[in-house]
Amino acid sequence: MPGVPLSWYLILGAVLFTLGVAGFLLRRNVITVFMSIELMLNAVNLTFIAFSYQLKQVNGHIFSFFVMVVAAAEAAVGLAIILTVFKNRSTLNIDDVSSMKN
Amino acid sequence: MDVILFLIFAAIAVVCGFNVVVQSHPISSAISLIGVMGSLAVLYLLLGAEFLAAAQVIVYAGAIMVLFVFVIMLLNAGAEIRKGRSLLAQVLGIPLLFTFLGLMAYFTKNMFPGAPDVRFGAFKHGTALDVGRALFTQYLLPFEVVSVLILIAILGAVVLAQKEME
Amino acid sequence: MNFFLLSLIKAVVVAAVLLTTLAYLQWVERKVIAHIQVRMGPSRVGPHGLLQPLADVIKLITKEDLIPPYVNKFLYLGAPFFAITMALLSISVIPFGGEIHIFGDSTWMQLADLNIGILFVLAVSSVSVYGIALAGWASNNKYALIGGLRSSAQMISYELPLSMAVAAPLLLANSLSLRHIVEGQAGYYLGFIPRWSIFQTPMPQIFSFIIFLIAAFAETNRVPFDLPEAENELVAGFHTEYSSMKFAAFFMAEYSNMITVCAITTTLFLGGWLPLWPASAGSNFVPAVVFLLAAAISLYHGLNPARRLDRVTLPVVAAVFFLLAVAFLIPVLQGALLPLFWFAAKTGALLFLFIWIRGTLPRFRYDQLMAFAWKVMFPVAVVNLLVTGLLVAAFS
Repeated sequence: MPGVPLSWYLILGAVLFTLGVAGFLLRRNVITVFMSIELMLNAVNLTFIAFSYQLKQVNGHIFSFFVMVVAAAEAAVGLAIILTVFKNRSTLNIDDVSSMKN
Repeated sequence: MDVILFLIFAAIAVVCGFNVVVQSHPISSAISLIGVMGSLAVLYLLLGAEFLAAAQVIVYAGAIMVLFVFVIMLLNAGAEIRKGRSLLAQVLGIPLLFTFLGLMAYFTKNMFPGAPDVRFGAFKHGTALDVGRALFTQYLLPFEVVSVLILIAILGAVVLAQKEME
Repeated sequence: MNFFLLSLIKAVVVAAVLLTTLAYLQWVERKVIAHIQVRMGPSRVGPHGLLQPLADVIKLITKEDLIPPYVNKFLYLGAPFFAITMALLSISVIPFGGEIHIFGDSTWMQLADLNIGILFVLAVSSVSVYGIALAGWASNNKYALIGGLRSSAQMISYELPLSMAVAAPLLLANSLSLRHIVEGQAGYYLGFIPRWSIFQTPMPQIFSFIIFLIAAFAETNRVPFDLPEAENELVAGFHTEYSSMKFAAFFMAEYSNMITVCAITTTLFLGGWLPLWPASAGSNFVPAVVFLLAAAISLYHGLNPARRLDRVTLPVVAAVFFLLAVAFLIPVLQGALLPLFWFAAKTGALLFLFIWIRGTLPRFRYDQLMAFAWKVMFPVAVVNLLVTGLLVAAFS
């Protein structure tokens, strides 16, 4: 029974990454922007693991593991920052947090 | 069987990913993102990464997304109000996006001509034993550094979220 | 037999047993708590209230299925479904016994032996937080929201000491597969002390056991950690707006989580389906003796009845126990029934502990419960893991 060609996994990773970039650039709600970043990180994880399969090594998995850990730390601090900004500005629209614009 | 599983879960991942970007209320985006992570966990299992599949569900879908859902519920921000979408951007942007994706797919397929087919069970080095061994021998320094990073993140989150000292 | 057909049959059997145990666990709980509170509990519907779960199911099914108009319909309907799905899912990796041979096929008494079995259980328990959080959110009701948030915060806070308490016996067992964990607890020290995780050298896992149990109480939202769903707090918490079968789904999810968590404790710490003392010393006759004793006690109370109906029902109960005792003496069935008996006995003892504590302890206030998780349980779990790791490294 034929397996799945590896390039399909890479294409899926590319599609998810593009969707993440689109969300990051197009959305105005800061939490949705954050979630698009997480989507990008997941796409990168998939690519790492696909290559780890091709090269028959476990290093891709280790990379992926560290990406997960960094994403967790980033989500924690980022959401705390969002909470603080919301407490002060009462808005979650990133266009409205522009008091330093000239 | 592998092809069917891959197609089903890849379709779920893409649909949910699209949903993350398109939905107006953040809670719907969050639930779609949980769907993406779940289907990615299955894809990791197909690629032989069993420990990472479990870690994906425990860490990403079970902790990070819970954090997102909590913050959305606490802030109770409503659906996003869309304003001012330029017609030119949509007419040009969407076909260009598909062209871009198609070109990327074509080049990806031709970059790795001799790549092996992915079969479930062919990659046997993704067990917790192998990951743990690599993590504690070859990648020990990054492991320790990343644990300090988590400590810093915990401290940062606690400091940022605490009540003001009146 | 075909692998899929065999798995299907096993899944149907396990699901049927689990759902029946769920229903009768509720009966046991009501009776035990009643007797702790010196009253009788359900005793009208059927002999000794045995048909009470059936009456409850009929009531819940025929109740009006109300969907309030102001709720988020997708999440409102999806949350109990998700909760019960995740609750029933983790029973699929628990080993109930060893290998059995039926009609020429040999199969393990376990639905699926994953290499990452214990991680699967942790993953499912991590994801089951969503059922409660989204139920609180979807109800569009501030009491439900606060109850849902508190309950989810409690569940994810206690997941940390739970995972660390799980990691310590894994260091001793050296595998993540639940079947290997149980098989690593076979054997006896000095001929009679079983090599269960709580007794194993170099580090008996007593502290992990206690931490795991306390964290399990918090994970399943049981007293003393049940503030987020108590009826006299927050108007019943996250399931305020739920009625009939959706409420029943949450209810079933809670009991199913309880059974799963007791089964995992048994597998990790109490040696799973392994007997308490070696078969050579006669542990194969323990179930028969226990059931004969139960039959004798039932018969005695049937002959000196406290209530008029007992003269009829208790001898029937005694006859059933006697038949079970005889069943445990048939050598052909012993291979399958004995591990099941030991597993059920240990899990049942832990479930009784859950019910006993519910009838005895008052509940924690929410800030006390969260402070306990982060300031007491987490450091103790970390120190326990460190000490276990040090001792395992030193003695191997």
